[in-house]
Amino acid sequence: MEEVKTLKGNSMHYCTGCGHTIVHRIIAQLMDEMGLREKAIASAPVGCAVLFYNYFNMDIIECAHGRVPSVMSAIKRVHPDKFVLAYQGDGDLAAIGTTETLHTANRGENITVIFVNNAIYGMTGGQMAPTTLPSQVTTTTPKGRGNNFEGGPLKVCELLSVLDGPAYIERCAVDSAEGLKNTKEAIRKAFQCQLDGKGYSFVEVLSMCPTNWKMDVKSSIGFIDKMKEYFPLGIFKDVRNER
Amino acid sequence: MTEKILMKGNEAMVHAAIKAGCTFYAGYPITPQNEVPEQMSALMPKAGGIFIQAEAELSAINMIFGASAAGVRCMTSSSSPGIALKQEGISYIAGGELPCVIANVMRGGPGLGNIRASQADYFQSVKGGGHGDYKLIVLAPSTVQEMYDLTMDAFDYADHYRNPVLILADGITGQMVEPVELKDYKPILELPSKSGWILDGCKGREPHVVKTLFLESDDRLTKHNIHLQEKYQRIKDELCLCKEYKTEDAELFIAAYGITARVCKEAVDAARKLGYKVGIIQPVSLWPFPEKIFAKYKGKDFLVVEMSCGQMIEDVKLSLECKGKIHFMGCGGGWYPDTEQIVTKVKEIYGRS
Ligand SMILES: Cc1ncc(C[n+]2csc(CCOP(=O)(O)OP(=O)(O)O)c2C)c(N)n1
Ligand code: SF4
Ligand SMILES: [Mg+2]
Repeated sequence: MEEVKTLKGNSMHYCTGCGHTIVHRIIAQLMDEMGLREKAIASAPVGCAVLFYNYFNMDIIECAHGRVPSVMSAIKRVHPDKFVLAYQGDGDLAAIGTTETLHTANRGENITVIFVNNAIYGMTGGQMAPTTLPSQVTTTTPKGRGNNFEGGPLKVCELLSVLDGPAYIERCAVDSAEGLKNTKEAIRKAFQCQLDGKGYSFVEVLSMCPTNWKMDVKSSIGFIDKMKEYFPLGIFKDVRNER
Repeated sequence: MTEKILMKGNEAMVHAAIKAGCTFYAGYPITPQNEVPEQMSALMPKAGGIFIQAEAELSAINMIFGASAAGVRCMTSSSSPGIALKQEGISYIAGGELPCVIANVMRGGPGLGNIRASQADYFQSVKGGGHGDYKLIVLAPSTVQEMYDLTMDAFDYADHYRNPVLILADGITGQMVEPVELKDYKPILELPSKSGWILDGCKGREPHVVKTLFLESDDRLTKHNIHLQEKYQRIKDELCLCKEYKTEDAELFIAAYGITARVCKEAVDAARKLGYKVGIIQPVSLWPFPEKIFAKYKGKDFLVVEMSCGQMIEDVKLSLECKGKIHFMGCGGGWYPDTEQIVTKVKEIYGRS
């Protein structure tokens, strides 16, 4: 593999086939290409990506569970000329941190949020996430989601796209070579959106968690197709040219 | 001396913060401290700083976590129920050794309580509040001038020790109007450079990481705790703010802080006219608690007066090693002491002993 300056180069602790590894690489490649490393401040979220700072060679702040958007809003306001990257999982962003997510988007903070949606709580061992699919079995939905008033999967791109604040919102998936390419282009646009001062940019990435989905890597890639039924890919908002 | 201006205690904190170079404020409305976010929203942008009305106290304290890590002097304020919500963030800020100033303009509790002044958040402030072994520097103003002075000093204590500082005020001190001298800012302590840890992009240096998770080895977090405890010990050795009033010949010592100490002062004057030799010890730093000052009077009779059901009394007892008679007067829920009640209590104590 080519050397990526934004990564430290040490091996990552993620399970084989984990989507976090792929998303990390995409982010790091883009930061290299766009020359962002030295002006960046990123978040480490509570979740499997909490050790983000062990892999990324840049300034990083580890935040309390769900509070990434508030912390990063403040950092961007203090350093408007720096590049501020919020990285979050689904439990972090769409359960405990829903308030922070909604209001940060609504304020139109000029930050970029990368949302790794793996439909599960990875780090704590496979409990239901706000994005867990109907009937999906988790350690806290033993009969499948939907049997005990758990509601349905929270569609964050759709929710945020009705707000005035965000400038760019897209959902992608890292389940194929083409998916990787699209994800990279989406994140590139989101990064550029911030650099151009257009405001809040958000990229959701449907991402594999073979370990807690209790699947082999190949089946976990197949499960992303099921996720797409509830989480259609595409651009949900793009008002960059109107700003 | 510069001229004095009439203002509320809450407003005095805003002026002091801005004079001290605070350039970031985030908060959420709650009575009786609304003048703080309101004045900040007007004055902070004028001073070139940032004001954010957060969507909740939890978000506000996490904005402070971010702003402090980004390297600026920052402040948030609230009142009891809102400060309870901030406890998560306060633990992270203390664990990450980030300087900041937090003001609690206390009101009645528990629960939604009421909006009368109270001192019932003492335990929360000085004993912990959030999770883990950490300490806040806690300062208790009793006049509007002290709301100004202590807020200004709080930024220096925070930066000097890399520790959050809590201004523990109450609804009366926040709302009352008194003349204040808006003194210019001059650092009272050495202010270490922040360049070794702040987050502003790693150009020309190694990356900085602000974190509170320590998994590197089994004893890594223990070592961090030992480091924090050593810092807290240093603060205890160096910081002791306390006022004494007519203690030279006193037979009975009243211990009170904040607005309560002021009421007690009037009561002491009245009691002395009746021949009772009463004095006051008024802790201003509630953590570190002025143990040494109390220890001087070990074995004497004490009356602790608080607008709570008895919280600071525990630190008074510890400082006195429970020697002598230690009486209590106080209640929670918005009860205020008045001079007459205190004098009656003094007479009662004398009658008994
Ligand atoms: C306040 C708080 N509550 C709960 C936890 C425990 N916890 C750690 S990670 C996590 C879930 C993370 O899930 P997600 O955000 O989806 O990240 P993933 O691991 O799936 O990438 C939880 C509940 C915590 N650390 N803090
Ligand atoms: S548990 Fe899931 S999300 Fe966490 S590292 Fe393993 S595969 Fe990735
Ligand atoms: Mg997850």
